[in-house]
Formats: sequence, structure tokens, C-alpha cells
Amino acid sequence: MESVGNIVIYFIIAIAIIVFSVLTVTSRRILRSATYLLFVLFATAGLYFQLGYEFLGAVQIAVYAGGILVLFVFAILLTSKPAAEAERLTTKKRWLGLTAAILGALVCGYALLSSSIFCGKTIDSVLNVDMQTIGHALMGTEKYQYLLPFEAVSILLLACIIGGVVVARKR
Amino acid sequence: MEITMYMYLIPSLIMFCCGVYGFITRKNMIAILISLELMLNAVDINFVVFNRFLFPGQMEGMIFTLFAIAIAAAETALAIAIIINIFRVVKNLDIRDITKMKF
Repeated sequence: MESVGNIVIYFIIAIAIIVFSVLTVTSRRILRSATYLLFVLFATAGLYFQLGYEFLGAVQIAVYAGGILVLFVFAILLTSKPAAEAERLTTKKRWLGLTAAILGALVCGYALLSSSIFCGKTIDSVLNVDMQTIGHALMGTEKYQYLLPFEAVSILLLACIIGGVVVARKR
Repeated sequence: MEITMYMYLIPSLIMFCCGVYGFITRKNMIAILISLELMLNAVDINFVVFNRFLFPGQMEGMIFTLFAIAIAAAETALAIAIIINIFRVVKNLDIRDITKMKF
């Protein structure tokens, strides 16, 4: 049995995720839609905290909310007027998008609800993922340890820095 | 009342489908990128939830999400560099106008 506070927090997070993701794709001002995306990312971080993954929630806030969102806002302010509204959608395009989204949701929802073997599971154990465990898992070379992907990501980030500078510099 | 796995998977499903809708209907390139972030984020939530509910003793889903976040950050930075470069040339970010590299 969960505590009442936990359930209340869960519902706040779930409703925030649903409402703000719908607003993100339907808002016609792009700066607003970036702001709604920020709220979605914060709600996701809250969900990670609630599940017990504190490190992951911190990474989510630091990288997504602190890094990617700032990039988005800079790019939006550089390329469009803040008050500019997108033009109205044509009905054909909107119906195409709605059909794709709803069909996808129906198929996935049906698959979820029909496979009731594991989806009704509840949390049955206390989780303790401390920093030491994460560090050992990221820095070891044995089974269930991830030094190679870690180094690959570092090289990817380096390539991304160089690529970003080369692509965006003035000629 | 218990919090089951459905109750985490369904918000994530809705988030993913919002991303699909935005990806199809938006015209501005940055808005398309924002929709893409929504989809990536939904997938991250799924990884973490499956990890937490089905294999609480392991942390594969969490590590995978960490790497996915890093890769998403790299991808967004590069995509925004490309978008700003396109804007410098075309003065516009509407995807219907950027057709020069098409056959």
C-alpha cells in the first residue's frame, strides 16, 4: 500500500506530463511551446525522483532543463520574433497528424492493456542506487559495467563540439 | 490504491503520441526538434519504469537512459547549429521552403 502523499505526487506529475505535452505541440507561439517543454522535462525529473533514481533526476534537470532548453531558447530568439505566431494548420495536415498519433496510441495502448502479465506489477522493493554503485558500473570493464560506452559517448561529445563549431562558424 | 506499472506507461505513451503529432504537423524546424525531444523523453521514461518495476536489482535501464540523455544533448546541439546555419542562408525556417537539396 502506497502512502497518500506518494499517490498525490504521482497524480500531479502524471497530469502535468499529459497536459504540458499536449500544450507543447499545440501552442502556436514557439517560445511558449519551448517553455511547456521545460515543464514536461521537470515533471519527468520528478518522476525519476519518485521512482528512486535521484542521480538520473539530477542529470535530467542539469542536462535537459539547464542545457538543451537554453539552447532551444537561444535558437528561437535568434531566428524568430518572440511574438510571432505560426500560421493555422491546414485541415489535411492536422487530420494526418491526428490520425497517426491516435492510431499509434490505440495500437500501443491495446498492446499494453492486453499483456497483463507484468503491467499490473507494483513496486515491491526498496531501491538504493547510490553514487558509488553508479560510478563502479560506469567505470568498470566486467559484466554489467560500462566503460566502453562511456568512452564512446565522450568521443561522440568531442565530435559534436567540433562539428557544432565547424557547422555554425562564419565563413 | 496502488501505483502499478500502467500508470507510468500511459503518460509516457501520451507524451510519445504528442511528439508524433507535433513532428507531422509543425512547420518550423525548431518546433519539429522540440517534438523530437518529447519522443526521446517518453522513451527514457519507459526504460526507467521497466527497470524499476521488473528488475529492481539491476540498473541497465538507468544506465541506458543516462547514455540516451547524453546522446540527445549532442544531437540537439548539432541540429541547432545546422538550423542556425540554414537560417543564415535562407532567412527562414519553414521546412516547405528548404528544398534545395532535394532531387
